[in-house]
Amino acid sequence: MANSKVDKGRRRFLVAATSVVGAVGTAAMATPFVMSLTPSARALAAGAPVEVNISKIEAGQQLRVIWRGKPVWVVNRTPEMIAKLPSVDPKLTDPDSEVESQQPAYAQNVHRAIKEQYLVLIGICTHLGCSPTYRPELAPADLGASWPGGWYCPCHGSRFDMAGRVMKGSPAGTNLEVPPYHYKTDTTILVGVSKGVA
Amino acid sequence: MSGLVNWIDDRFPLTKVWNEHLAQYYAPKNFNAWYFFGSLAMLVLVIQIVTGILLTMHYKPDTMMAFTSVEHIMRDVPGGWFIRYMHSTGASLFFVVVYLHMFRGLIYGSFKGPRELVWLIGMAIYLALMAEAFMGYLLPWGQMSFWGAQVIINLFNTIPYIGDVVSTTIRGDFVISDPTLNRFFAFHVIAVPLILVGLVFVHIVALHVVGSNNPDGVEIKKLKDKNGIPLDGIPFHPYYSVKDIAGIVVFLMVFFAILFFMPEGGGYLLEHANFEPANPLKTPEHIAPVWYFTPFYTVLRAVPDPWYGTLAMFAAIAVLFILPWLDKNPIKSIRYRNTAHKLNIVWFAVFFLILGYLGVMPVTDFFRELGTRATQIYFLFFLVTAAHSRPDKRAMYLVWFIALAALVLFTDWLRWSDSFTGPQRHYFWMMMALPATYLASTLLLPLFVGRCNAEKEVPERVTG
Ligand code: HEM
Ligand code: FES
Repeated sequence: MANSKVDKGRRRFLVAATSVVGAVGTAAMATPFVMSLTPSARALAAGAPVEVNISKIEAGQQLRVIWRGKPVWVVNRTPEMIAKLPSVDPKLTDPDSEVESQQPAYAQNVHRAIKEQYLVLIGICTHLGCSPTYRPELAPADLGASWPGGWYCPCHGSRFDMAGRVMKGSPAGTNLEVPPYHYKTDTTILVGVSKGVA
Repeated sequence: MSGLVNWIDDRFPLTKVWNEHLAQYYAPKNFNAWYFFGSLAMLVLVIQIVTGILLTMHYKPDTMMAFTSVEHIMRDVPGGWFIRYMHSTGASLFFVVVYLHMFRGLIYGSFKGPRELVWLIGMAIYLALMAEAFMGYLLPWGQMSFWGAQVIINLFNTIPYIGDVVSTTIRGDFVISDPTLNRFFAFHVIAVPLILVGLVFVHIVALHVVGSNNPDGVEIKKLKDKNGIPLDGIPFHPYYSVKDIAGIVVFLMVFFAILFFMPEGGGYLLEHANFEPANPLKTPEHIAPVWYFTPFYTVLRAVPDPWYGTLAMFAAIAVLFILPWLDKNPIKSIRYRNTAHKLNIVWFAVFFLILGYLGVMPVTDFFRELGTRATQIYFLFFLVTAAHSRPDKRAMYLVWFIALAALVLFTDWLRWSDSFTGPQRHYFWMMMALPATYLASTLLLPLFVGRCNAEKEVPERVTG
């Protein structure tokens, strides 16, 4: 041993091979560690649809329910609110709801709803996730004379109209999202599934 | 006694460590009050760990119980309120102390060679400290805990392509919920504290290799007596160990005055909305991060695009890391630098405070524009610092001035929009005076007024 010549090539090979095996082993062990941080089976399963009775919502009122841990709003819009929608168009980033991810196809219309009277929205600001405040009144002092009614986000000041469409100059870039939903009966909505899917 | 010490010394380098780091560790003899903050930061770290362990014995990391368990600590646990207020006051004062500690490094050039690594490790500590504070803030599960975390975690959502996966992995769910609270608890009570303690240890080890800087920015190791002891050095123990005790006494007076008389700090140390349990249906009317994050929060809000805003926010922190390579001026201490550099530091401190103030205020047209201008100046500071590296090349100031003014105009051009309202346009033009004044006073002034460019001779030995 003492006087045998060191075989550098062989030593290099052994070091490289040991490193590779060690690295693969570490990666193999790290995989379940990292996976444990992703949503668990329970979190994935907690997506049950919620049923909302809309008959008790008075004209102009907003009802808040929780679906998948997020606020969902159902608003009973008055005829005046509905009539006003097209007049807001010039102020909007996406007046025609062209960003497809923000609503199911059946809500891609002027009212962003299945029935124009009832608006269903996920109440999470598309900027950084606060829940905007419902401000249906016209031209209140703090929001300015041109306020058409809608939602104001307290976090960074995003503005949305009575169809959840974002106004230009807001930090939020897209309209509020319409969740999948359908009418079970005339007075109940099922939030979470589109018609015929469940 | 000495028998015991000898017995240990044969098995562990006790006397050697004691001497190397305390009794025979020679520190410059001219430390001033700015040098209290390192030992104070260590004191606060110990306070946070001890009170944190006691809180952990009563706190419950479960969304159904977290809020009430904190109430329980405040009302039912003997001495619970005292321990909790020590922990919450300690968190804020930790940042006060660390910001002053960093500012000391800035004015005395302590980040420069050979202490670059001390600075870099310090920055890593600062990052870990911010993570620690952010995750701790979720634990009481109040309204501010919930919505603050919601906004910050959603910042990661703005990363192109992988944002969704990243934020979901942080939360462990699609929304902030029980798994989020549980893992933040794990990070807050064990993972990050371990990292912090380890980093503080290497911070000190690295410092003791290169030795402390001092208010004169003179390297005391250059002049030594025949025993190899720096002429301007005094042993840390007993000189500075005793001096630091004086600092600790004053600090504890402030600490307990806050704790006993204004533990909520007028809503800045403990925010009012956090006395309501988290409600995922409703965001509080006014949400703002705790004060120590607000300068960076204003930077975030200054940029309209969320992803670029997030980048700007992280860049505002990252740029501090490279400070040692931006300021190449060989003079360390502000005492011997030119007037332009002094102005630059003053501007930076003022605008950092303005950024912090704006971060707790709701956005108005005036504040938004001021925040944008303050953000511009925050970043310009680092470039002007680079410009001040070579005061002997005075003509270069003009080149820098033109380049930086062009940079300001370029960012203004990027953000200008025809949809600006009347007041917005007004503030836009009015506040252009801020970066203009800033650049003129730091670059044109030393260019045209020789007195303001003159540096002073750095003495051989420390003064005072
Ligand atoms: C938990 C937080 C920290 C602790 C416990 C800590 C502790 C210390 C201590 C005990 C000293 C020597 C005494 C003194 O110079 O005041 C020191 C020096 C220093 N620290 Fe920190 N530190 C912390 C955070 C930071 C941060 C965030 C930075 C900056 C990024 C930083 C940068 C430095 C520098 C540059 C020195 C050398 C100062 C000089 O010699 O003039 N430290 N630190
Ligand atoms: S989260 Fe609504 S504006 Fe930022």
